[in-house]
Amino acid sequence: MEKNKTAQNRRSFLKSSVLAGGGLLISFKLLSEFTFKGSSGTLDLPEQWNELTGYIKITADNIIKIYNPNPEFGQNVMTSLPMMVAEELGVDWQKVVVEMGPHDNVKLGPQFTGGSNSVRMYWKPLREAGAAARQMLIDSAAQGWGVPANEISTKAGVLYHEKSGKSGTYGSFASAAAALPIPKVVKLKDAKDFNVVRHSQKNVAGKNIVTGKPLFGMDYTQEGMLIAMIEHPRAFGMKLKSFDATETLKMPGITDVFSMKMYEEGYEQAGFDTRTFNDLLVVVGKTTWEVMNARKKLKVIWEPISETKETVAGFRGKNVVTIPAGLESTSTQLAQMAEYAKKPAQQLRKDGDSETAFKNAAQIIERTYTAPFLAHNCMEPMNFFAHVTDEKALLVGPHQAPGWIEPTISKILNLPADKIEIRIARMGGGFGLRAYGHFVTEAALISKKIKAPVKLVYSREDDMTYGIYRPMYTVTYRAALDTNKNLIAFHIKGGGIPEHAVHPNRFPAGAIDNYLAEGWAIPSNITIGAFRAPGSNFNGATEQAFLDELAEAMGKDPIDFRLELLQRAKEKPVGKNNEYDVDRYAGVLHLVKEKSGWNNPENKQYSRGVAAYFCHNSYAAHVIDMLKKDGQPYVERVISAIDCGIVVNPDAATNMVQGAVVDGIGNAMYGGLTHKDGVTEQNNFNRYRIIRMREAPRKIDVHFVENNIDPTGLGEPPFPPVFAAVANALYKSMGKRFYTQPFSKEL
Amino acid sequence: MAIFTLNVNGKKQQVNVDPATPMLWVLREHLNLVGTKYGCGVAQCGACTIHLGDSAIRSCQLPVSAVGDKAVTTIEGLSENGDHPVQKAWIEHDVAQCGYCQTGQIMTAVALLKANPNATDTQIEAAMSGNICRCGTYVRIKEAVRAAASHQ
Repeated sequence: MEKNKTAQNRRSFLKSSVLAGGGLLISFKLLSEFTFKGSSGTLDLPEQWNELTGYIKITADNIIKIYNPNPEFGQNVMTSLPMMVAEELGVDWQKVVVEMGPHDNVKLGPQFTGGSNSVRMYWKPLREAGAAARQMLIDSAAQGWGVPANEISTKAGVLYHEKSGKSGTYGSFASAAAALPIPKVVKLKDAKDFNVVRHSQKNVAGKNIVTGKPLFGMDYTQEGMLIAMIEHPRAFGMKLKSFDATETLKMPGITDVFSMKMYEEGYEQAGFDTRTFNDLLVVVGKTTWEVMNARKKLKVIWEPISETKETVAGFRGKNVVTIPAGLESTSTQLAQMAEYAKKPAQQLRKDGDSETAFKNAAQIIERTYTAPFLAHNCMEPMNFFAHVTDEKALLVGPHQAPGWIEPTISKILNLPADKIEIRIARMGGGFGLRAYGHFVTEAALISKKIKAPVKLVYSREDDMTYGIYRPMYTVTYRAALDTNKNLIAFHIKGGGIPEHAVHPNRFPAGAIDNYLAEGWAIPSNITIGAFRAPGSNFNGATEQAFLDELAEAMGKDPIDFRLELLQRAKEKPVGKNNEYDVDRYAGVLHLVKEKSGWNNPENKQYSRGVAAYFCHNSYAAHVIDMLKKDGQPYVERVISAIDCGIVVNPDAATNMVQGAVVDGIGNAMYGGLTHKDGVTEQNNFNRYRIIRMREAPRKIDVHFVENNIDPTGLGEPPFPPVFAAVANALYKSMGKRFYTQPFSKEL
Repeated sequence: MAIFTLNVNGKKQQVNVDPATPMLWVLREHLNLVGTKYGCGVAQCGACTIHLGDSAIRSCQLPVSAVGDKAVTTIEGLSENGDHPVQKAWIEHDVAQCGYCQTGQIMTAVALLKANPNATDTQIEAAMSGNICRCGTYVRIKEAVRAAASHQ
């Protein structure tokens, strides 16, 4: 990951340049190894602006444009990131033009959406860009007016010199300002002086969204564009043997049917290159409906794969991954997991001597939790446009991290990076899936082969059965209590297909003298990838349900029990590398306790479940209040407490937390993919249940801890503890514990 | 292939397509009205919701041959400048996250309120539960529908 470079190197790369049309451009060179060019936009803009890049552009007539550098998938960066620039630039937010920036890692930084990092990694660079530009405008006005710079003030895009009564717009000094040296030091505003940031601003794309403007990759079109779809095997563990496309080719609108390899033998994959199936059986035609129809006429023979080894060169170095042969089924996978859970596993962390403590325990509580594969189910299925020629490539579509896929495109197309233009479209959801590269690579290869502009479209069925799922997980927790019901040892042993979810240095590690964390994994040919709060979404879900049960066994209030453990971790922390900040963790528990009226007798009507978690640098706690209707429990309301540091755009942040709560309830209650002989048994929303309005909470109250900590991220942290709060509330409602997701199956 | 004359957003439009082609794809790929979204193709998600007359229907399951001369309204035809009360309520409540499903949500809500301007929460839930929002904006959708109802 390159994110640390952002902080270290931003000063040295600060650059400005005079624009062809006059004006000031300030940008940062953050990742020197990436050098691309390009532009894109979702607004109709004057022709002369199309070639310009950078964070800020000011025209002579004082139109101020701010580019959002980071891919937007609903986390609201189109609004929140430009707000940070505007705050320091000193402009009227309502008059700022916001546009999606081009893909340009040199000028616009890392440009990746993931890890709850967008606001966190751009927090300082974007404010510095705004502050530097403002300072240069002041210096320019000082020279022009012959007055000291420190006597000049700014307000809403206008410079003022009070003593002489002079004033001028930013636009009138923009061109001159661009010729000045970059200030070596810029002073950033104190948090108390913010008047854009920390004030709720509406989504800048709001009107385009509600009027149905072509914002998404799926909406992209251009002259001569064809549509391609890929027929992949019905089952994991199968591959293409042969096909007969005679009937398909007779269908109206069909121009081509062919098979091709995605990667050649021995291809070394980058960390975010993905492929589930290497043989691409491609149908190309004029319209999506015609291609969808014609695919049904394909006669395809699939055959079983043999075991293969793939070399993946990811962020943590080179790794050889074994892809086993075979047709996997959920029932056998569950049996296999139960068997593996008994075997010795890899030790991930050990404090004290848990073995002896368990031997001496007066009481041992042991519980096992299981969760299925989950599909991301972005509302916009995977798609990408590609136009590849011998000289260059244009790629347009929704992607969380174009800079991660671009080197792969360069390699497979044998084109230098500066001949590849990637335009970032708004994403109809991402949830981690759109950080991967298969659909981009496929689109590029198809365009190269057919020598035409083409949009690759996944049907919903393609999207849901392709793989790159949230892994299938299990975990067993054990707690040892002494005769006084004190917690003396804690053991977590987690496994999964094909990886486990254990985060060994998370709470309650650090709070218990004898602590052991272990992990194991079973290889699979069902492919997996990051899914909102990877690992954490199961680790948090289960650990927080187990702690609830533990508190009950110890006769303690679940919030007080967690606070006691945190107090212990603060006063006398056990072990090293405890990832969480005790005070911030306790802070969200205190806040949710207060805001939910936890001990308030009038809330006795609810079946209440509480859970808290730390991941991706931020802290979240929820209280879920359930009621019953016709004997069935439902979530009436949710009270959330969040510490993500400074909240840049409060109402949008609230929306994101509310969404995470709904997403968590939905996946906990209904989510899950099963397999039979390699075939994914759910291939559309009639079989894969997604939470709907009638199952969503009536009310979700979100409260943020107020502090002046630099923003620490929000997209993922609220998500994992929702699962546990649901489980804990269900227990209160139904009188039995829920250990297996999705919970609705046991209701 | 056959020629169909459609009444879309108050305009007569001719398309030459297979009669079985769903309106979703006629709108998106023949008439360039891409505000109507593809989400599932099996009438389960509501992203493709349009109005046929005053009824909200899933355009992915509506063959072009079944439309006849009935008035088709898409999100693009809902208002001149995005100022339909439901669209305004959506902006006011800052409903959208990714935004992909929201045009379908709005079309469903508009049809609901036209038929039942005083829809109760239960009625709102019943009408809106055919539309999936994967980002989970349901609480705000409901608030926006309520607000639009009270402004009509």
